[in-house]
Amino acid sequence: MASKVETIINKYEADKGQLVSILQDIQTEHHYLPKEALDEVVALLDIPASQVYSVATFFKAFSLTPRGRHLIKVCLGTACHVRGAAKVVDKMELDLSIKRTETTPDMRYTLETANCVGCCALGPMVMIDEKYHGQITSDKVSPLLAKYE
Amino acid sequence: MGSRPRPNDKAPAGRLNSPKQLEALRASILNKRDPKRPCIALCVGTGCLAYGCVDIFQAFNNEIAKQKLQNSVDIRATRCRGFCERGALLTIYPQGVFYQRVKLEDVPEIVTETIVKGRIVQRLLYTDPNTKEQYAKEADIPFYKKQQRLLLDANSKIDPTSIEDYLAIGGYSALAKVLFQMKPEQVIEEVKKSGLRGRGGGGFPTGNKWQSTREAHDEIKYVICNCDEGDPGAFMDRSLMEGNPHSVLEGMIIGAYAIGSHEGYVYIRHEYPMAVENVMTAIKLAESKGLLGSNILGSGFHFKVKVSRGGGAFVCGESTALMASLEGKVGEPRAKYVHTSEKGLYNRPSNLNNVETWANIPHIILKGSDWFSSIGTMTSKGTKIFSLVGKVNNTGLIEVPMGMKLRDIVYGIGGGIRDGKKFKAVQTGGPSGGFIPESHLDIAVDFDELTRVGSMMGSGAMIVTDENTCMVDMAKYFVGFLQEESCGKCLPCREGLKRMLQILTDITDGRGREEDIELLARLAATLKDAALCALGSTAANPVLTAIKYFRDEYEAHIKDHRCPAGVCKPLITYSIINEKCPGCGKCVEPCPTKAITFVAKKEPVILDQEKCIKCGTCYDICNLKAVAIK
Amino acid sequence: MNKLVNLTIDSRKLQAEEGKTVLEVARENGIDIPTLCYNEELEPYGACRLCLVEITKNNRSRLVTSCLYPIEEGLVVKTGTEKVVANRKMLMELLLARCQGVKAIEDLAKKIGVDQPSFKPEYFEKNGCILCGLCVRACAEVVGTSAISLVNRGVNREVAAPFLETANDCIGCGSCVYVCPTDFIKMEETGDTRTIVNWKATFKMQKCQKCGKNFAPEKQLEYFRKKLNLPQGFFDVCPDCR
Repeated sequence: MASKVETIINKYEADKGQLVSILQDIQTEHHYLPKEALDEVVALLDIPASQVYSVATFFKAFSLTPRGRHLIKVCLGTACHVRGAAKVVDKMELDLSIKRTETTPDMRYTLETANCVGCCALGPMVMIDEKYHGQITSDKVSPLLAKYE
Repeated sequence: MGSRPRPNDKAPAGRLNSPKQLEALRASILNKRDPKRPCIALCVGTGCLAYGCVDIFQAFNNEIAKQKLQNSVDIRATRCRGFCERGALLTIYPQGVFYQRVKLEDVPEIVTETIVKGRIVQRLLYTDPNTKEQYAKEADIPFYKKQQRLLLDANSKIDPTSIEDYLAIGGYSALAKVLFQMKPEQVIEEVKKSGLRGRGGGGFPTGNKWQSTREAHDEIKYVICNCDEGDPGAFMDRSLMEGNPHSVLEGMIIGAYAIGSHEGYVYIRHEYPMAVENVMTAIKLAESKGLLGSNILGSGFHFKVKVSRGGGAFVCGESTALMASLEGKVGEPRAKYVHTSEKGLYNRPSNLNNVETWANIPHIILKGSDWFSSIGTMTSKGTKIFSLVGKVNNTGLIEVPMGMKLRDIVYGIGGGIRDGKKFKAVQTGGPSGGFIPESHLDIAVDFDELTRVGSMMGSGAMIVTDENTCMVDMAKYFVGFLQEESCGKCLPCREGLKRMLQILTDITDGRGREEDIELLARLAATLKDAALCALGSTAANPVLTAIKYFRDEYEAHIKDHRCPAGVCKPLITYSIINEKCPGCGKCVEPCPTKAITFVAKKEPVILDQEKCIKCGTCYDICNLKAVAIK
Repeated sequence: MNKLVNLTIDSRKLQAEEGKTVLEVARENGIDIPTLCYNEELEPYGACRLCLVEITKNNRSRLVTSCLYPIEEGLVVKTGTEKVVANRKMLMELLLARCQGVKAIEDLAKKIGVDQPSFKPEYFEKNGCILCGLCVRACAEVVGTSAISLVNRGVNREVAAPFLETANDCIGCGSCVYVCPTDFIKMEETGDTRTIVNWKATFKMQKCQKCGKNFAPEKQLEYFRKKLNLPQGFFDVCPDCR
């Protein structure tokens, strides 16, 4: 793990200003931000631990706890809201027995919401593992979730 | 991801060291292209991914190979051209035949019938839902015909990962003109004369901003492109950045030259991975050709650009918060009593502009400020890209001259309200804007008119709502959105939004008090006067306009515990319309609480109100509209 | 000395050096403007918004935070207009709703003339922290260790040590305790140990070799000894005995 963080930091020329991008690459690697990786960032970039922790908790993109095998993002942008996205996320919570931002105990799914993914004409939008699913309504939730292990 | 069309990997031909070399390269590219050769331009933008366009692109490649047409037909991966309602879509050049709602199964037929035999596949043509007229050419379709696609037109024609495509349509000639025929002050004059105002929402005169930054005293100055596009419902910048990143880069280099900056940043929200990928490709290709980096086109001017990603924070669309994020800090705004043109990124003079603003620059340079200012209204020049979404028939991206009537946009281009419902309001300006009701449908859409009726231009999202949209719920939605996105630094925004959300939730849940409307107004006033940044100071707009134009809905919720639009769960009930229910039982199994009981065929089902959690599944699944919401 | 600037605050004609803020000039002239997140030793932050004043420039009036607004020639400032007072009152209502039972807030509310928040009592909170950021800023700007920071965002924002564990960079100097306006940050001392409770940081105190008093955490002294390049053993004796 040590060399991976170092590689990422070198890719950004150890530029402190690129902290958010660096954390994103680390998260892509580990599916979340492990504390050990963040400790390395503090040491290699020579910035206070408090700053890294603030940034990691400020931006919605980051998770400090391990995520499930499949990441669900339900878009709650205005266009999707107007077409009933609230009901879609409620149904997801019901089906998975977890609340938004949580992960199922069997680590199958992490349920998150996004404040607009930019596919406003096809709403309500649901992304699962970076794959876009459009025009999702309450009745389509169960069949969609069944497709993923 | 592996099956996506790969970025164009043609080996670059080497650096261009003069405008002459640039034109020579352009000529050689055009010479190699036969304008009569059929080209299938298929949209593979983010919006169309959900329509399976990647597989369709692959299928075309396979079919063309299968029919041995590789040397006579081109297939080009373009990005968003706006008619998102009708994806997957493609245009076949040079005729300009437009096919919509294309499915994987249609591919062989398109190649055989249209490419080989020159025949139209009727069922894939656009049919106007109102007049039933069919259109073969993209240019004739009312959705496109009524637009003025200055910026978006190229999206239908180029593969954004190919610099050759951009050069073929005249790309970088504005840059050459600026570097070799104009002084920085002249460039700023042109932009000022054009009347271009910021397209991100502020509407500040771009030329003036460039001038202030130029006049600031510092050797190091920064030029920044704001592609954070946080307004939900807005995807104009996504489409420009995905579909034509070179146009944005060209604008930035011109701006940097005018201002005296040699370092720039493109800040893209991380929710737009394709835009990030495409602009990074564009930067590499432009650098390889000497159109970016050191000694651009042999002019001696150097300018380099870095790409930075957002982390999922709407507040980072605010310029000072964006700059903080670029410094590796949390996206907290700061007071702008000292402007960022004086002290911005790393406390240096910084010029930040929106994607669409930058994209307008090459056009202004090439065609002149007189031409640009002839489009639009007295105070708002040029065109504006809007995302027309929500309960409208033709949802998608449109580009129209400033000053077009809102009615013409919603009905003329948008095709009116879907499912035959009644229009209620258009919400513009994102969470900072307001609702525009039917009484104002004839306003000319420009910066000042929208502000006059209580809303604002914002980045360009236009959300159309109908009779089934609850205006209290919408206000609650926006306040909830802003509460989640608030950075939390200042007291009025953090605490004020919290209390506003509690009040609005009480109202939608039937616990509203008589004095709540007055209290909301007081909170709104404090947000407006006391908040640190525009997120907070404009946060009350959706609530205020909703109360102003739809007060009766608020009073119905508070006094009668009723939701007229049928949205607020605690105030509505679902029921079976016995006359319409044929007893097919389709709704029984999917019901999560087993609240619906199957009786017999031809007998209506029974819905147990005690068990019903109002999830809406039965309503969505019933094809016969036998479920009512009261 | 910087150029002198002429401005008016509450109809009083004043003169002050360019580069100062409206708040600084007001305070120097005995004009009272309430603040919560302001401290003379720290960079102004602009979070509490209580120091809002109404300025008029080129016939345009607006509200600005006096702690951050730089004075200008001809600036007209009013510290008690109807708009300013109405905003101050609402800000206090918001604070009271958040910080039930916090004496400093209740006292300030009385002074400003606010009794009870207009919101439903069931939503009141008993938060002891007003998120003024003084502790974080003192730690970063004066002490230089940045041991703590403001984490999360929006309504979840709070002051915390990294990972909500022990603040490893904390040196136990107690600056955060000193600047906190609501007594939210607690320090405990027993025998030769000091604990900054909120950051779960415990320190062994240095005993003065002369008088035997436990006068400061060893870690704090070592930090400053190194920072100021002082000789080994410099802090073996407390300041009183030196």
